[in-house]
Amino acid sequence: MSDISIPALMGQLLVGLINGSFYALLSLGLAVIFGLLNIINFTHGAQYMMGAFAAYFLLNKLGLNYWWALVIAPLAVGATGMLIERLMLKHLYKLDHLYGLLLTFGLALIIEGIFRNEFGSAGLPYSMPELLSGSFNLGFMFLPKYRAWVIVASLVICLATWFLIERTKLGAYLRAATENPALVQAFGINVPRMITLTYGFGVGLAALAGVFAAPIYQVSPQMGSSLIIVVFAVVVIGGMGSIMGSIVTGFGLGVIEGLTKFFYPEASNTVIFVIMAIVLMFRPQGLFGQR
Amino acid sequence: MSEQAGSPSAAHDPAWEARYHRNTFIAMTLFFIVAPSFIYPVFLMKALCFALFACAFNLLLGFGGLLSFGHAMFLGMAGYTSAHAAKVWGFPPEFAILTGTAMATTLGFLVGLLAIRRQGIYFAMITLAMAQMIFFYCLQAPFTGGEDGIQSVPRGKIFGLLDLHDTLAMYYVVLVIFSAGFLLIFRVIHSPYGQILKAIRENEPRAISLGYRTDRYKLVAFVLSAGLAGLAGATKAIVFQLASLTDVHWSMSGEVVLMTLLGGMGTIFGPVAGAFVIAAMENYLSELGAWVTIAQGVIFVICVLAFRRGIMGELEAFLRRRRK
Repeated sequence: MSDISIPALMGQLLVGLINGSFYALLSLGLAVIFGLLNIINFTHGAQYMMGAFAAYFLLNKLGLNYWWALVIAPLAVGATGMLIERLMLKHLYKLDHLYGLLLTFGLALIIEGIFRNEFGSAGLPYSMPELLSGSFNLGFMFLPKYRAWVIVASLVICLATWFLIERTKLGAYLRAATENPALVQAFGINVPRMITLTYGFGVGLAALAGVFAAPIYQVSPQMGSSLIIVVFAVVVIGGMGSIMGSIVTGFGLGVIEGLTKFFYPEASNTVIFVIMAIVLMFRPQGLFGQR
Repeated sequence: MSEQAGSPSAAHDPAWEARYHRNTFIAMTLFFIVAPSFIYPVFLMKALCFALFACAFNLLLGFGGLLSFGHAMFLGMAGYTSAHAAKVWGFPPEFAILTGTAMATTLGFLVGLLAIRRQGIYFAMITLAMAQMIFFYCLQAPFTGGEDGIQSVPRGKIFGLLDLHDTLAMYYVVLVIFSAGFLLIFRVIHSPYGQILKAIRENEPRAISLGYRTDRYKLVAFVLSAGLAGLAGATKAIVFQLASLTDVHWSMSGEVVLMTLLGGMGTIFGPVAGAFVIAAMENYLSELGAWVTIAQGVIFVICVLAFRRGIMGELEAFLRRRRK
């Protein structure tokens, strides 16, 4: 190993933290959806991509800037999610869970196919919001403002979600419905509507991650499909039992991936899958999962 | 999966079922024997390889209740191995195919050991993730040729006798391999082992309470399925003289799920029908580009929402109704 250059190491660590933010946001959405719907949302990657495209359209067609996109894109994509839940997913709750996976996989193919048809496979650029371009000089490295913003904002969103679910009355309803939907419904709570809103919320988180990603990566139709597979591995490693677990696992694995990119770049694509295999050997329910 | 087409409990009539299976098998084989005279043989070979792949997958999903979302890794790795064996090591085709199959079987054992530790949705996610790892390995490993794949693999002479560069000779070899694999799967499903596997699918806790080591049964099913998927992949590489990243990509794992779902999971002949439909769609609609993906997605959605028995499941149900 050659001698370690601190700026390069910090750079990879930063990339790791950015990826970790996306892993955390996406696995959080998957966990929330799975908790209530018992469906693994394979469309999640496509919905992340839709978020990025929504930001692109808002800027280039309607002239609405990044800050508008942060609000509008998750709402719009979340709304399409709710439509999907009402029209299709709700017919599957009584069937084997695997059907939900298959349906959402089919939807992901459709959405990706449509976007690929319209925009080809090449990425579209999305310019950095002006306020966040440039970087801070930390002495030992330059920290791009936008990247710092993504990490901080994702962390805040994750923690707010945790607070919403674990510490508020609405979250208590949600947790109760996860345990026993029939009983919660008997208390007069509209569980089907709650399910729809939950799905919309999870999808909205994915879209928000997409907006965060737009200025960093190119906006392209297949940006979500390989990401979602990594997020699945993250979910297996963390286990979907706990909200905080998803957040910690997401950021943690991002950092590990970043470090691998620095010390042993050949393995950076596979390190998360290897960790998954190791976790399965010793703790099959996942780091934070319950049996 | 809980809702099964033609599950053994419904309309149980073993004599009728045996007759139905025998007659359909004879009709299918006769069709394949004469088919090259009016259907492009190269397409038929592709469809037969996919059919074997889908049958192997169906053994696991339809009869073991385990949804693997990473079966492309067995198809692809076996393809690379057999292509490498034939091209670099100069193996004759029968040994090249065997080497590829052995590779997939070994890989299936290793992945299976890990994957069967979780069930249902987690099982699907784990197999998908493992397959993605294999994909990246194939992308980077020197022997796979990266983006180019392994090209111009020699077909050679099978058993030193029959030159496989003749398309029809190749076709009938593929047909023999497919039929052997198909009959093996049929035999496994109807063996005592297959019955226990079905029992585990229906109610695993009860099978455990009866004293079966369900993990072992599931692992054997996984290894068998992986090995047969590998047989399909190894044959495919020899047929097309090419092993490429397409066969290890996650979309191939999705395709085999689609073939099985469309044809009818848990039916004997469904995966063959599904494989032919999907292969035909890819072959004859290939100029439409991304529309093929969209069409595949639409078929997924329709199958899940309204057509869960699949083509052969519906046909069987229709034949059963008519008998009454």
